[in-house]
Amino acid sequence: MATITAQLNNAQLWLLRNRKWTVVALLLLALIFPLLVRFRILNAYSLSLAIDVLIYAIFAMSLDLLLGYTGLISFGHAAFFGLGAYILAYLSTRLTSNLLLTVPLVLLGTALAALVIGFFAVRTRGIYFLMVTLAFGQMLFSIAISWSSVTGGSDGLTGVPNPSLGLGPLNLAIDTRENFYFFTLAIFLISFWLLRRIVNSPFGWTLRGIRENDARLRALGVNTFRFKLAAFVVGGAFAGLAGLLQAHSASIASPENLYWTTSGQVMIMLLVGGAGTLTGPLLGAATVRLLQNFASTRTERWETLMGLVFIAFVLFLRGGLISLLRPRTTAETSRAQEII
Amino acid sequence: MSLDTFTIQLLNGLVTSMLLFVMAVGLALIFGLMDVINLTHGAFYLLGGYIGLTLVRALGNFWLALLVAPLVVGALGLVIEYFFLRRLYGRGRHLEQVLFTFGFALIVIDLTRWYWGAFVESVPEPVELSGQVQLLFIQFPIYRLAIIFSGLALALVLWLFIERTRLGAIIRAGVSDAQMVSGLGINIQQVFAFVFALGTALAGLAGVIGAPVFHLYPGLDSEILILALVVVVIGGLGTLKGAFLGSLLIGLADTFGKALIPEFSRFLIFAVMAAILLVRPAGLFGLSEG
Repeated sequence: MATITAQLNNAQLWLLRNRKWTVVALLLLALIFPLLVRFRILNAYSLSLAIDVLIYAIFAMSLDLLLGYTGLISFGHAAFFGLGAYILAYLSTRLTSNLLLTVPLVLLGTALAALVIGFFAVRTRGIYFLMVTLAFGQMLFSIAISWSSVTGGSDGLTGVPNPSLGLGPLNLAIDTRENFYFFTLAIFLISFWLLRRIVNSPFGWTLRGIRENDARLRALGVNTFRFKLAAFVVGGAFAGLAGLLQAHSASIASPENLYWTTSGQVMIMLLVGGAGTLTGPLLGAATVRLLQNFASTRTERWETLMGLVFIAFVLFLRGGLISLLRPRTTAETSRAQEII
Repeated sequence: MSLDTFTIQLLNGLVTSMLLFVMAVGLALIFGLMDVINLTHGAFYLLGGYIGLTLVRALGNFWLALLVAPLVVGALGLVIEYFFLRRLYGRGRHLEQVLFTFGFALIVIDLTRWYWGAFVESVPEPVELSGQVQLLFIQFPIYRLAIIFSGLALALVLWLFIERTRLGAIIRAGVSDAQMVSGLGINIQQVFAFVFALGTALAGLAGVIGAPVFHLYPGLDSEILILALVVVVIGGLGTLKGAFLGSLLIGLADTFGKALIPEFSRFLIFAVMAAILLVRPAGLFGLSEG
């Protein structure tokens, strides 16, 4: 096919040729990152920032399963993030912070909530789905605000202790920032791997089919309601996991974790990074968090600035940052396949 | 609950309902006609209220504020539609529209907080409508009664406009099939711009009307936006009737909920919404294909 004249830019070419090495290099960087902090090459705050990026990357990936892969535009995803944070905060302040107990309970609780909310929400389509999920998210927010005997009201649940990993006599306390970073990194990598398995399974391909043409899949005899509900539950549980990490990281579960602007933030991260991929959410979370951090230390009007950046992304870069690194057209893709 | 408190709560519920209607009808029309969900709508409500506040303080005249604030907000809506939103129309672009309006809401809210501060502000009610009125066996503030009547009047005017005028007929036709309307040689872009400006102006109007009763503070924007969204979900796609009945239902449920089960009043609203969705996924008056 000599007629293929698709041009790939240098960055795309380089990335395609050195894909494996890029991953290895990133992993190595993630592993030695705390050393950079320990030797004062980076300041101590950057470790917290890295934790934050990883947590939001998990959160954004969990939304991506719905938004990018299934085409369900959920604007209430913070409901599960916040619920995960609240369940963890409640358990760890009153019962135990043993991860072997809290992680399954958080996953179970958020999955159950997603099942109930999804049961109502998934019946609706398109923009209705968006509004319904937004409304349910705000319902959890208002419950968190008003049911203060359990949720601590507008103060949230404070004093969340550090997590520990205990099995009988063996008890591993995750009590330093560095340890918590490694723990978060491990959870991120596990989540990434699991979600990768999910989106590349027959289940994941069915979800993509629903995104492209729901009616056709139904005509083929697929019960799309069940598939969408399953995606909603899985996405909710992963968001809950991110919420658990968030509550441990900030030592608080606050109503803000449930608020609709948190849902909006994570959607923006997806858009900035690129939806429908699993590296996009990480890229988006990192970009937005770093940008926010940069802007908020320099101007009081950083929210306005962030709003402007978001609008610019919506208007000018539809595919997100990842689209700059990947072949976009079919001609470009086949050219890329030739190279690989 | 005695009959007195019941009547007062009922009237208060109607006040909330009518304010919600003014807010939600714009959202519903924009949604129905342009298939755009405008998350800046709550911010426009708050902005309208704040501009009203500044005008009342500067001029000491509530009525002038009531006239000018919606015009300013409507003009802003026109600018947004013309320069930005217009680029984002079309099927399958919901996500971009939503994130655009969300980004814009962040900006408007941040700037209002900057200019008007984060404290609770209130617009004094006009002197002509201050005080209480004796209604059979209860006392009720005149201003709140005026809100109920102006809401009803606005509903009537809008109904006449949509059902009885040529432009109204074009809007109705646009809700069914915008492409067909433009095929008939009607400039649907202009109709879109007009409806968007009208909707945002109504949100600004609701902000001024509501300010003496519900005050103004950062965060009110999203509270009222969510309620209006629930109204639109319940009422159904782009119908005046749906917005009106949805507002009545939610306004009353919210007011009685707050009186009876204060801790879970919001829960009641969402329970109503969930129940309706279970029976009619496209809302009370929506078509089955949402």
